[in-house]
Amino acid sequence: MTSDSPSEKRLEELREQAWQEGVVPGKGVDVTGGPIPRKPGYYGQPVVKPPVWTWEIPIYFFIGGLSGMSAVIASAAVLFHHVDLARTAMWLGAIGVILSSILLIMDLGRPLLFINMLRVFKHQSAMSMGVWILSMFGACVVPGLIALELHAHQVFGDTIDQLLRIAAGILIFGSAFFGTLLATYTGVLIGATAIPAWFLHRVFLPIHFGTAGLGSAAGLLELLGHRLAALNALGYYAAAVESALLIWLSVDKHGMADRAIHEHSSGWLIRIGEILTGPLALILRFFGLVPFAAISFLIGALVSRFGWIAVGKVSGSDPESVFAAERY
Amino acid sequence: MIGEGIQSTNQRKHSYVRDNVEVGFFTDPSVCIGCKACEVACKEWNQVPDDGFTWSGNSYDNTGHLGASTWRHVMFLEQDRQKGNQITGPMGLPAESASPARTGSQSDVSAVGLAEAEDPFRWVFLSDVCKHCEEAGCLEACPTGSIVRTEVGSVLVQNDVCNGCGYCVVSCPFGVIDRRPAPLMDAGGAFKCTFCYDRQKSGLVPACAKVCPTESIVFGRLDDLRARGAERVQQLQESGYSDAQLYDPTETSVRGIHAFFLILGEPEAYGLPPKPQVPTIYLKSAWTSAFATAIASIIATLVAFAFFS
Repeated sequence: MTSDSPSEKRLEELREQAWQEGVVPGKGVDVTGGPIPRKPGYYGQPVVKPPVWTWEIPIYFFIGGLSGMSAVIASAAVLFHHVDLARTAMWLGAIGVILSSILLIMDLGRPLLFINMLRVFKHQSAMSMGVWILSMFGACVVPGLIALELHAHQVFGDTIDQLLRIAAGILIFGSAFFGTLLATYTGVLIGATAIPAWFLHRVFLPIHFGTAGLGSAAGLLELLGHRLAALNALGYYAAAVESALLIWLSVDKHGMADRAIHEHSSGWLIRIGEILTGPLALILRFFGLVPFAAISFLIGALVSRFGWIAVGKVSGSDPESVFAAERY
Repeated sequence: MIGEGIQSTNQRKHSYVRDNVEVGFFTDPSVCIGCKACEVACKEWNQVPDDGFTWSGNSYDNTGHLGASTWRHVMFLEQDRQKGNQITGPMGLPAESASPARTGSQSDVSAVGLAEAEDPFRWVFLSDVCKHCEEAGCLEACPTGSIVRTEVGSVLVQNDVCNGCGYCVVSCPFGVIDRRPAPLMDAGGAFKCTFCYDRQKSGLVPACAKVCPTESIVFGRLDDLRARGAERVQQLQESGYSDAQLYDPTETSVRGIHAFFLILGEPEAYGLPPKPQVPTIYLKSAWTSAFATAIASIIATLVAFAFFS
């Protein structure tokens, strides 16, 4: 091939352009890897690994938060003698813990080895703590529901029924204790990682996930027909906190380090979620459109969980974010 | 130069595992020739799947980055800087003054090359590997106890225990460990460099160090290697490599790495984080926030039921 053939001429053009601009746009052309690399870091390769988690994890965050906080509502309902509400809330908790376990096992690379999670108890691993919290929550909420239902239907005679009543009480309060941790630990789980957009917001995340769980639980119970003033008040509380968090997130910027949240499209999932759970739910509730407020909150809580995982993938693949976060 | 000073154990049998001696890798790009024998030896010995047969366009590096099936990775850096006292000529892209020299006579080349056409260029090769951190993010994060610390101070994933939860992947500040996707062998588990623990138990040297033809990868006692690294940096700086430095983040929460590097220039250029932190340092503030939220939720629920029913 002679040096004045069209392909050689084109190659010379590309070299010239690469030399001057660093980047030659176009399909199949990546001269950035040519003589002088201009991409950040090492050819733009990720410095930390983005999460490998798929759709199961955000849905687990949503269901886990909802069922955990249902148990809190159940225990308050028991204290204030709303037995029907307590039963529905405990059902939500029990169904939620089963779905959560299924989702978590599905997400594993080797689902058949899930039981290895219970080999160790590591306080320094949020994942290990989460597994134990979920297990303890399940061990409280499922028998708690059975005891509550047996007691409510008066299946057994006096003595056994009294024992069931006490057992149900203890188990419901136990599930409330582990339920609040189940709803909030997920924020610690992704907050204590090497992903810049996550660890820079490690204080934000547990507040957001926990409160979204509480609001979702109240909202779903309202949709299931429990139109109590107390649940409406909880809906107000959750929506108000989420509105404040929306403002916090838009103020608490870390420049390049968390640009996945503020500049990338996946950040919009978080913001849409925050708008649906925050201001919109608040306004709908104010105008008495309680079911719509509940639906808005539930959708927002789910969308925002997907947003946070998506942002983690973007942020983890961005070498400049990692460098910027470390210079912070 | 090579073979002087502190001896490596690359070619000797050893009993470090039996004697519980901390060992390490010292990787020195100034003598690396980019042959990728370490990558090949690692794959052969550990029976690691291939990295895919694709062209990256990034110099001669078609491996990409460390991952579940890439435990050694030779980086190819092309930089517009000189290497030590290197004399550069009109080797780069057509600067106006260099163009006639290309077609001109031999004497023109030397005249233009040395006098006028300053076109600094250097090529650096560095074999990247799992750092075997003093405070390892993956080890702390592992919820199954699959990742352990060995007698020689390395971090080892026990493949038969790992259930593939993926938490180590986001906990490694260096982006080393990853989950191996289907349909590869042993898919679903997390994998990284084993420091050839199996070889070390038999008194052998890790495969990559054993095969390295220039002793760019040196295996040995960690304290010996640290001394050797410091000596080598001094030696290079005296020879004009003013930007030679050790990459061993001892002052961050990682508290040092067992596989440390000599680098020319900034760590960012090698995709190495300048100040890596082990993610466990974020736990305190995150858990405080979680407990505060938990208590606030309980109080809010009790208040709601007490005053609004």
